[in-house]
Amino acid sequence: MVYENPDGVMVGLEVHVQLNNLNTKMFCGCSTQYHDAEPNTHVCPVCMGLPGALPVINKRAVESAIKIGMALNCEVVEQTQFHRKNYYYPDLPKGFQTTQYDFPIVGNGKVVIEGEDGEHVVRITRAHMEEDPGKLIHMGSIEKSKGTLIDYNRSGMALIEIVSEPDMRSPKEARRYLDKLRNILDYLDVFNGDLEGSMRVDANVSVMGGQRAEVKNISSHKGAERAILYEIMRQKNLLRRGGEVVMETRHFDEARGVTISMRTKEGEHDYRYFPEPDLVPMRVSDWAPAIREELPELPDAKRARLISEYDITEMHAKALTSDIRVADFYEVVAAAIDPRVAGTWVADVLKGELNYRDLSVDSFTTDDIIEIIKLVGEDKVTEQSAVDVIRTILDNGGTPMEVVTEKGLLKVKGDVVTEAVSETIAENEAAVQDYLGGAEKSLNFLVGQVMKKTKGRADARQARELLVEALKD
Amino acid sequence: MITKDEVEHVGWLARIEIDDAEAEDYAVKLSSVLDYFGQLDEVDTDGVEPTYHVADIMNVFREDVVTPSLDQKDVLTNTAEEKDGYIKAPRII
Repeated sequence: MVYENPDGVMVGLEVHVQLNNLNTKMFCGCSTQYHDAEPNTHVCPVCMGLPGALPVINKRAVESAIKIGMALNCEVVEQTQFHRKNYYYPDLPKGFQTTQYDFPIVGNGKVVIEGEDGEHVVRITRAHMEEDPGKLIHMGSIEKSKGTLIDYNRSGMALIEIVSEPDMRSPKEARRYLDKLRNILDYLDVFNGDLEGSMRVDANVSVMGGQRAEVKNISSHKGAERAILYEIMRQKNLLRRGGEVVMETRHFDEARGVTISMRTKEGEHDYRYFPEPDLVPMRVSDWAPAIREELPELPDAKRARLISEYDITEMHAKALTSDIRVADFYEVVAAAIDPRVAGTWVADVLKGELNYRDLSVDSFTTDDIIEIIKLVGEDKVTEQSAVDVIRTILDNGGTPMEVVTEKGLLKVKGDVVTEAVSETIAENEAAVQDYLGGAEKSLNFLVGQVMKKTKGRADARQARELLVEALKD
Repeated sequence: MITKDEVEHVGWLARIEIDDAEAEDYAVKLSSVLDYFGQLDEVDTDGVEPTYHVADIMNVFREDVVTPSLDQKDVLTNTAEEKDGYIKAPRII
């Protein structure tokens, strides 16, 4: 099946990734640990653009940029440098943003996502380094604002902007691309994606017959999907009514789920880019081999290895590798017990329960899941009870044996079940007659009675088999 | 030749208000500056590598080691207005 893309939707994304795992900012030694700090306490003369301040490039930030580029199958450029992007807005006190322009550090890459019609390649145009601006807080609503409060703690944080070609053909594909990107970045350990503002998205959206609009201020993957969906509808409706889709910048209003024109008067040439005289150019392509050595196994490679090494299904391998913590967790479990059984319990059961509670895999221990799976394997608890144990530990804590003991989940022995079957048959003559008369449904009732007598600790399948066997004669 | 409109636009980019008389004056003066720089265009630069930086050095980096930041009160010294540790600016749209 080939996806037709009837509206000619083209989406390209610019993703800003904050390198918040670094110790210091892009151009100065200020700490990156500002997230719970008082405003304007993680700033220095460089962040503030004070006269005479001299920025110096953080070496590890450049290494991270190369690492990200490699993971996105990019080439590392021979020579690279920073530029000034001039604009006058108080989020940067210097009057410009230090960024890269015509020599971005890496480019020409690609990412494979699960598209509308199977594997789909999204080309990566470039990824470049730049600094994050400060944070503005508008007092009151934008219309009636009495002023703007500024916190420069974020100002100067290292950002990597990853720019894709307009290769995505639907909001869903954009979402998949963002999820894949996040997945890869997590593997690289270059940032903590859980921190506020660690991944911000601008979307370039167009449909057939119109120009593109750039939608800014998207702060989540779900938000991106909604913003793009809205923007496609807006453009289609506009064209249907005979209107014209003009090139413009729009702002995504997350609360209302709409995009609003920003009517900016600045065009590309108004930024008056020029080489940053305070920073000298870089020739770092010879760092590439050493960085490549250190590159971890990435999601696609890990998925293939899990399948071949543990003989698990493609579906399980996908579920496990979509979060590196889950993949690592699985490998510990797979070393202790049958890897295929482990695949089912970790990928299907545990991951499902974690997602349902919006918890990460760190909320569970490998020892506990190994113990639980062993209890099932040794026929000591039923599968249903094991799920109950997992749920209970997630909700109330405790160890597997504590929960099993407390809830009396140890499976009852076969003879107890046999006894319960005999009693059930003796006490439910009508149902037994119905069943013998051909009413299959009555068997379910009888199984239920056995389960009741054993307080749910019998294995339902075993109870059913014993009943059928007993009623044969 | 730089026009009055261009001067006003550049003024807007820098958020500087320029009145009519000033715009006319600046248009003439900025034009002469540009003309002066225009002389550089006359130099034959065929086969000359572009210069990206005047200092002939490369690869100046620092290690990723934290150095102390300024005290909040020092950061706020130069601001006209502050509120709860924030720098306060006029309403921005």
